[in-house]
Amino acid sequence: MPVDERTQRLIDPSVLDRIQAEIESDLVVLFMNGTPVFPQCGPSAQAVQILGYLGVRFKSIDVTVDPSLRLAIRDFANWPTLPQLFVRGQFVGGNDVMRQMLESGDLQALFERHAIPMMPPE
Amino acid sequence: MPMQSDEILKLIEEAMPGAQVEIEDLRGDGNHYAVTVMYQGFSGVPLVDQHRMVFSALQGRVGGILRGMTLTTLVPRKRK
Repeated sequence: MPVDERTQRLIDPSVLDRIQAEIESDLVVLFMNGTPVFPQCGPSAQAVQILGYLGVRFKSIDVTVDPSLRLAIRDFANWPTLPQLFVRGQFVGGNDVMRQMLESGDLQALFERHAIPMMPPE
Repeated sequence: MPMQSDEILKLIEEAMPGAQVEIEDLRGDGNHYAVTVMYQGFSGVPLVDQHRMVFSALQGRVGGILRGMTLTTLVPRKRK
C-alpha cells in the first residue's frame, strides 16, 4: 500500500499514548482546529457540519490549545492535515474523505456497521 | 508561500501516470485549490489510501506550503 513516509520528528511518546487514550475514550472522536461551536478552519467546520448533518454524537479535541498534540496527531495517523476522524479507535480520514464517504453513503454505512446512532436533526 | 497549479499537476502526473487531474484555483491566490484526481491505480484502494497516494505525490507539501487543498479522488468507470 503506497503511503507517505512517516516523518521522523522528535515526539514525546507520552503524547502518542494520550492520543491513543483519547481515540479509545469515545465511539466517535474528532481532532480539529477549534471547537464545534467555534471551528478555526474551514475543513474542521466541514467535518463538524457532516457529523451534525448525520446526527452523530462525537467527542471533539481542540489541537490548537495543545502544540504538542498538534504536531503528534499528524504522525499518529500518518495524515498531514486536520481535522481527523476516528471511529471506535480506527482512523477514518479527514474532511474530504468524510465528504466523499457521505456522498457515496459509505460514511453512513460505517456508522451503522459500528452501531453508532445517527439521529439527523428534524 | 503559494504553490502554482502547474506544479501540483506535474507532481501528481509524475507519480500517477495516466491520471486525469483537474485543478481549480478557488480564490486565485495560489493557496486554495480544489483538486480532482481520476486514476486507474485507485482501483481497489481504500478511499483514505487514495488520498494518501495524492499527498505522497505532493511530497510533504500538503499541510505545509499547500494549506487549502480540497481533494476528490475518483476511479475511472469501466467502458462497456
